Amino acid sequence: MSETSIGLSRPRREGHAKVTGQARYVDDFVLPGMLHGITVRSPAARGLIRRIDFGPAIPWSEFTIVTAADIPGRNRIALIVDDQPCLAEDRVNHPEEPVVLLAHADRQLLEEARRHITIDVAAEPAVFSVDDALDGTTIVWGTDNVFKTYAVARGDIDTALASAPVVVEGEYETGAQEQLYIESNGMIATASPEAGVTVRGSMQCPYYVHKALMALFDLPEHRVRVVQTETGGGFGGKEEYPSIIAGHVALLAWKSGRPVKLIYDRAEDMVATTKRHPSRTRHRTGVTHDGRLVAMDVDFTIDGGAYCTLSPVVLSRGTIHAAGPYSCPNTRLRGRAVATNAPPHGAFRGFGAPQSLFALERHMDRVAAAVGLSPEEFRRRNFIQTGHTSAVGQVMREPIDMNALLDRALTLSEYHAKRARFTEINPALRVRKGIGLASFMHGAGFTGSGEDHLRSIVALEADAGGRVKVLSSNTEIGQGTNTIFAQIASSALGVPDDVIEIAPPDTATVPNSGPTVASRTCMVVGKLIESAAHSLRRDLEKVGLEGERFDVETFRRACAEYTTRFGTLRATARYSPPPGLRWDDETYTGDAYGTYAWAVYVAEVSVDTATFETHVDDFVAVQEVGRVINPVLAMGQIEGGVAQAIGWALYERIVWREGRMVNAEMTNYIMPTSLDLPPIRVYFEERPYAQGPWGAKGIGELPMDGPAPAIANAVAHATGTDPRALPLTPESLMALMETARV
Amino acid sequence: MSDAPQVSVECQVNGSTVVLRGHPMDRLLAVLRLQLGLTGTKEGCGEGECGACSVLIDGKLVNSCLVPLLHVRHTSITTIEGIATGDRLHAVQEAFIAHGGAQCGICTPGMVLAAVSLLARNPEPSLDDVRTALAGNLCRCTGYMRIFTSVLQACRQ
Repeated sequence: MSETSIGLSRPRREGHAKVTGQARYVDDFVLPGMLHGITVRSPAARGLIRRIDFGPAIPWSEFTIVTAADIPGRNRIALIVDDQPCLAEDRVNHPEEPVVLLAHADRQLLEEARRHITIDVAAEPAVFSVDDALDGTTIVWGTDNVFKTYAVARGDIDTALASAPVVVEGEYETGAQEQLYIESNGMIATASPEAGVTVRGSMQCPYYVHKALMALFDLPEHRVRVVQTETGGGFGGKEEYPSIIAGHVALLAWKSGRPVKLIYDRAEDMVATTKRHPSRTRHRTGVTHDGRLVAMDVDFTIDGGAYCTLSPVVLSRGTIHAAGPYSCPNTRLRGRAVATNAPPHGAFRGFGAPQSLFALERHMDRVAAAVGLSPEEFRRRNFIQTGHTSAVGQVMREPIDMNALLDRALTLSEYHAKRARFTEINPALRVRKGIGLASFMHGAGFTGSGEDHLRSIVALEADAGGRVKVLSSNTEIGQGTNTIFAQIASSALGVPDDVIEIAPPDTATVPNSGPTVASRTCMVVGKLIESAAHSLRRDLEKVGLEGERFDVETFRRACAEYTTRFGTLRATARYSPPPGLRWDDETYTGDAYGTYAWAVYVAEVSVDTATFETHVDDFVAVQEVGRVINPVLAMGQIEGGVAQAIGWALYERIVWREGRMVNAEMTNYIMPTSLDLPPIRVYFEERPYAQGPWGAKGIGELPMDGPAPAIANAVAHATGTDPRALPLTPESLMALMETARV
Repeated sequence: MSDAPQVSVECQVNGSTVVLRGHPMDRLLAVLRLQLGLTGTKEGCGEGECGACSVLIDGKLVNSCLVPLLHVRHTSITTIEGIATGDRLHAVQEAFIAHGGAQCGICTPGMVLAAVSLLARNPEPSLDDVRTALAGNLCRCTGYMRIFTSVLQACRQ
């Protein structure tokens, strides 16, 4: 009898369809009588809409034209604060804000028509930076341009800073980043007052879209149906924004009475949809002469763009991660998300943590230098340990061994030898070498009480033929959901993997197991699948199925007998918090996450002092992620995350002009190619986490957190400069090095 | 639009002779997808940067979003749908499945074609050869490492 498939690199379930071109993404569907949709957007950053002119050259009677007045329900995108309109009514708050929708059968004519609509906006003063938002001269949101603040303190920060032998201050900035999934956003809708609304498309979170459509159309849940099509990457970029596109395409279908497809081209996707929040972090750190942290005062600010959307939760994760994997008796973490007149910034892998961890890990190298310690020795003296309390008051009950991760990363990267050699040879070189590290963690699952509120539910259904279907709303977006869910279910049932089917995420048939975000799919939802599988197996004991592992025929006979005697064989599992977890939403303290993945990354770089180009030459990623369910998929997650983070650190710069991205093309927004990346060497430590399926933790976001500060620290080593801002483009490095020479 | 000039273009697609119709400047990408239903060829950027729309024309790897219909007269075009032989996958396709070369899959058809094209002219490429040959095909999921492994493993088949 076969063993479980946990820990085996089962091939990707939809791999065959993907390598043969048979996998069907939203743009691959053509429905009979289908129209195409297009979005007409605000030309201005902020102001009142005076009028909308439809130019005379276009046969407008052939078009379906939708404005805010056509919305049957509430003109809001239901999310957290619900401040974002689906279509602007009397005013616009950011460039490219959707105002008018058009549908027509002829895509070329549609594009032409868009150019003949003039949205006349009486411009008002607008805000384009964190400083201007906080300055308060121009208020663009609420009474103070602030979406959300957090403040959480332990000990006595003021006294500790005042009496600390050494205080190191620093300010750090990170830029926006485009998710740049290679499949741009798109949706297809059919809709009518009689039939309700059905939307299919590229998305991470079918029930987010479902909730938004119910409010927009004022329809009960059973009259809205949302189906995920094969999704060509998400990275957070298809977390919240698809609700807007779904709303738009459904409005066009509702009004025209025809199926409508709305696909963004690359430029529109880049200029109009969400990006990673730009950030500014200020640190004041008190430390003893022998390198013990005594005070950490962190002020973390993110630019949320024009509407609140997910900024409060991005801020929350970023703020909680701002103190990193360190122990310190006196801490104060303050976070604030501010409004500007850029398109709303949103979810992107890491969700605030990469920003605050960049600042922290660059800062830690500077603090180490201030007390004359090496970066690794300073960290070693301050790592958080099992039993310690975090900056938000979480007692770390799970085992932590950052020193072991650090040792392994230093050895694998030959850190000490390289650090010494580069320091020695650099003065004579034009292309200088550097090596740097970052140590960090990432909390898996929703923050604090988030999972309690979600109350996710999954179901397993077995038929008389012994096939078991996993029903969840968690989507395959390339990260391997289908494959690991099958491995988890089959292993818990004691059957071969090929007995398992994964139901397509369709709100008409799957329960709400929550969104596909926050590194929660494997750890949180996977655990529910494991529980449901155990429950299904107990049901089968009623018909005499006993033992640990079953062949297909034995299992099929049991299922057949069960369904004959008792009817449908279905088991569900609903989330309940692991015992002992406590979180206080008011004070923002307690068990912020059930557990964390821990990591130490080392980057080796070359910096050309003539061209100021930086290249990452080698990359070592050591992490503790609980049990690895599928090594090939898990390594793929780490490698892909590291690659995105290298892009964020070195290449990916968004050029803003009055709140609009002006380099909205792959030609001048540069993501890493196959020639740009180093060998990415991935190593796992596996310490099973009791509340994860077979001990697995979350993994998807972790690799986004560490590379940027490791690279910046390596650049600092190579050049003797003090980089404080991302991305480290040649232009910014030139400025740093010329300043250093003066 | 209705008054635009129309041309008929005869060519081979995946071994079959077809006649494609449209404006001479219609993008081959759109014609393949809409007239032939060959939706395995993907649009990633529409400006020749990402390679998701890669096809082989007379054995050469090109971005089909930049190829006007008129240019393919009497050529032989291979799309991802023409890479497997019946039910038998190409070694590159097998390797992508076995070694994690595909994640979200949207770049995969183009990436497979780029790899097939490389192996046709260089059956034993070095890692550097692979990196260079795939540099016109962007992948946002994998960090390319498993794609390199897949291509190098495919050579051993």
